Order: sequence, then C-alpha cells, then structure tokens
Amino acid sequence: MTPVETRLPNPVRPAFTAGERDDTVIVNIGPSHPCTHGTVQIIAELDGERVLRTDIHCGYLHRGFEKECESHTWHNLIPYVDRLNYVSALINDFTYCEAVETLMGIEITPRCRYLRTLLSEYSRLVDHLTCVAAGLMELGAMTAFLYLVMVRDFMYEHLAALTGARVTYSYGRIGGLARDLPDGWLVRLEEILKQYEEFIGRVHGLVDRNRIFIDRMRDVGTISTKDAISYGYTGVILRATGAARDLRRDTPYLAYAELDFDVPVGIKGDNYDRYFVRMREMDESVYMMRQLMEMLPAGPINVDDRRCVLPEKELVYTEIESLINHFKLVMDGPKPPAGEAYAAHESPNGELGFYVVSDGSGVPWKVHCRAPSYVHMGGAHKMLDGYQLADIVPTFGSINMIGGECDR
Amino acid sequence: MAAGILDRVSEALAPTAISAAIAHGILVLTLAPEALTPVVGRLQSEFGFDLFLDVTAIDWLPQTPRFEVVWHFYSTEHHVRIRIKARVAESDAVVDSLRPRYGSAGIMERECHEMYGIVFRGNDDLRPMLLYEGFVGHPLRKDYPKDREQPLVPYIK
Repeated sequence: MTPVETRLPNPVRPAFTAGERDDTVIVNIGPSHPCTHGTVQIIAELDGERVLRTDIHCGYLHRGFEKECESHTWHNLIPYVDRLNYVSALINDFTYCEAVETLMGIEITPRCRYLRTLLSEYSRLVDHLTCVAAGLMELGAMTAFLYLVMVRDFMYEHLAALTGARVTYSYGRIGGLARDLPDGWLVRLEEILKQYEEFIGRVHGLVDRNRIFIDRMRDVGTISTKDAISYGYTGVILRATGAARDLRRDTPYLAYAELDFDVPVGIKGDNYDRYFVRMREMDESVYMMRQLMEMLPAGPINVDDRRCVLPEKELVYTEIESLINHFKLVMDGPKPPAGEAYAAHESPNGELGFYVVSDGSGVPWKVHCRAPSYVHMGGAHKMLDGYQLADIVPTFGSINMIGGECDR
Repeated sequence: MAAGILDRVSEALAPTAISAAIAHGILVLTLAPEALTPVVGRLQSEFGFDLFLDVTAIDWLPQTPRFEVVWHFYSTEHHVRIRIKARVAESDAVVDSLRPRYGSAGIMERECHEMYGIVFRGNDDLRPMLLYEGFVGHPLRKDYPKDREQPLVPYIK
C-alpha cells in the first residue's frame, strides 16, 4: 500500500468532484489519452454513456513562450513562434512578422506579399488536411487517413525544399523572407495540387455519404452562432454555424483583396459542418494558390531597410558599414520604436493575433499571442455536454485544438 | 465605413476615457478601471463589438501604477478592432470581469490572472489554466526570474 505522502500531487482542481445526482459517475479523460489528438484533460460527469457536464484543463504543453520572448531579440523569436501552431507554422511566422513590421512602419515588397499569401494558403491546406485526416482516422477511416497524410507528406517535403525543414520552418523574416523560391518549385507545386485533387476526390467518395460517418458527425457537437460569438470562436467553428466571418474577406491583408475566393459556411454548426467547411476551404485554398502562381511578380523578397534586413554578404566582406550593420543586427537585433501593435491573420483555426509591445530596445517588452485554440477551449464544453461519451472523440477532433498554440 | 464607426465610437466614448486615439488602424481607449463595465456595455450594445478577442496585461515595473490591463474587441458587423487599456496598481490590481457579457472572458481572464495576478471582480472561477494548482507567483511579472523552477514532482537525483 502506498503511503499518502508519497502520492503525486494533482495538478488540477476539478470544477466539480461530486455528481449532481447520486446515479452519475465522474470520469477523468486524459491528459494523455490515445483518442484525443492533443494533450488535454477532460473531467466529465456521465449519466450512463451520456455526458452531463465537462471541465476542460489544458496547459500540459505550456513552456513559457511569452516569458521566453522577453529575453531575446525580435528576430530570434521566429523559431519560437513556429512552435505555436506547429501544423501551420508559416502563418505564425507571417503574423508575427507583420506585427513587428507594423510597429516599425515597414511595407513589404510585392513579391514577398504574394509569396506570403501563397505560403499561408499552402499552410492552411496542410493544416486542414491534418485535421480532417486525424478526425477520420479516429472514426476508423484508415484509408482516408492514409490518402490525406500521403498528400500532406508530399507537401511537407516540398516545403522542406524551400525552407529546409518539414514542420518548423523559421522562414519568415522581419521585412521579408529567408530566401526566394528554388528553381522548379512552382512546377512541383502544380503536380502536388493535382495529386491533392485526385485523393481529395476519393475521400469525398469514401466518407461524405457514408452512413457510419454521417451518424457519428451529423447533429453531434452542435453550437449556435450566438454561442460561438459569445465564446470568442472564430475560423472554421464559427463559419460552420453559418456566419461567413473570415478575416481574409472582412479585413483583407497581404494580397487577399486581389484574389477571387468564396467563404464556405455550414448550416448548423455540428461536426459534419466543420468537416465539410474544412474540405471546401481546402479547395478554395488551391484555387487561390493557382491565382497567386499566375500573379507572382518578380523582384526582391526583402525590403531595402537597414534597420531589420541583413546586408548582402558580399558587402559585409568588402565594406565596413555593412560589416557593422550585420554585426549590430545579429547582436542587438532590430529596434522597433516604442509602442504597441496588434496584427491578426486568419489562421486555419481562427483569428491568430500577435500583440507586441516595444520599449524601443532590441528586446521585446511583451509579446502576447492571441491563440484561437486557447480561446476555443473556453467554450468547448458547449459542444461536448449532452452528447455521448464516444462523441468527445470526433467533436474534439473537429475543434482541432493544437497543444503548442493552446498552451504556449 | 471602418473609419466611420471608429469616429462615432471615439466621439461617443471620448468623454468617459482618459484618452482616445487611432493607432495602426485600431482605436485605443485608455480608461480609468471603474469606467470599464459601462464603456464595454455601450460598445457591445450600441456599436456591435460582439467578439471579445483577448485580455492580457503589461507589467511596466518600475512605473506606477504598475500594470496595464489590455482588452481587444472586434465587431463582426463593422470589421474593426478596438483596444481598451486601464492602469491598475500592484496593491489594488482589480478590474471588473467581463464574464457576464462575454462567455470567452472566463478562460482568458483565468490566464491573465495566473500570469500577472490581476483579479477579475465577478469571475468566481480563476483556477490556474496553463499553470498548475499550487504554483507560487505570477510568471509573466517582470520580477519573476525566468529560470525559477517549481517542479510539482521532485526531480530524481
């Protein structure tokens, strides 16, 4: 028998420890459970198989992102922001860079603007593929999972050819990008998009009208538009309720104002709608990427601004001003003027915002990430309560909580 | 249209604010902490700021008052953002909770409370969210050292 004093302390204090009635049970699910893709703990009160109420705890992946930001240069944070939503790291990069650029009053070059838009849509495609694939796998649709993840891996390798990494790219730079496209990159992109279309067609055929899939998804995990807005939902979950709210359309940033695209919406905000909105959004992303490949202008990818962009290597080796410039940018980093800025992009999960505060030095005074996954955890009980215990799996999958972003 | 709504809000709420200015496309209202609830009430009911995006704080140590609490709102109707700021002292780091108006306030105020020690009056559920029960201190305060360790389970020597 284990003595009481050596038992490990409980990191959470549940909102309830006793049932409202005497015939219910309280179970603990997670934080490390094979059915939840994400490290999250759910304490649920059950009446038989039905969930009466839930108390959700996150934070198991907290690694002090915001604290760590306050002791590095603005540029050195880019690998950290990659690791927030690690499924679509490029969007984190670009949002963070835009916040700092706003503070510094920098306007990026046209080529950089279109490339960032193209890569944001590519990231959204990868993110939605992952979410849909994992959600289907959790319902037993192994074939659909393998189709989607195979295409995703083509994309990862393709992004690695551009950035040097499969998942965490560190590709954004304040004032531009790390490097331009390699030769033949867009040709390969078109090949991958064709493969995507072939396999997404097969997945539509496998699951869209599949009786088992519909029974598990339709009218499960429903949330109304009113509740979704009250609980701060943005992105796919809000659009699945029928509200066509998309920052790419409503507050156009990067090159979105010049693109033709639809904002797909659902009809009742259940799991099936979230699945279908993601599937439709992927098609829209492909449509946008094809437009962007046509529109992509030539020219430099970095602004000509010595406050943030490293000088040409050749100049660093031949003239003293550029050498000092390079040294100062590496050692002290860019110094945005004192002030604050908030930049928000439509990430695959919703509004991803960076609120940055500078005191005029090379080290941020504060970097705060408005992480959609975290806010979504605040209202997730609305989608879990009242349904079956087994419905937690597809519902939680369709919320697409990304631990890195949620817990920071 | 975006500018129009911000002008109207600015005109209507400037008398209750310490300052009102547009910075990088966002209207920034600086308020006394006690003006928060009435101002947010008008923003929500009269001007359609229905999405409560975020609340966080800035630790301005060694300035006084030490903390600045920052709220961000978005209007899904007008597609504009607004930022509200209020300074509070360390000895009285209390502001009103927005929980009665916005469901999302619950979880975001929990984070701000554990990270900075700001108390949200009216939010009765300020349990730790990203940290754990029994964590001592508020890690995003400037006087909390980055390398302080508080293992919940002792390290194995």
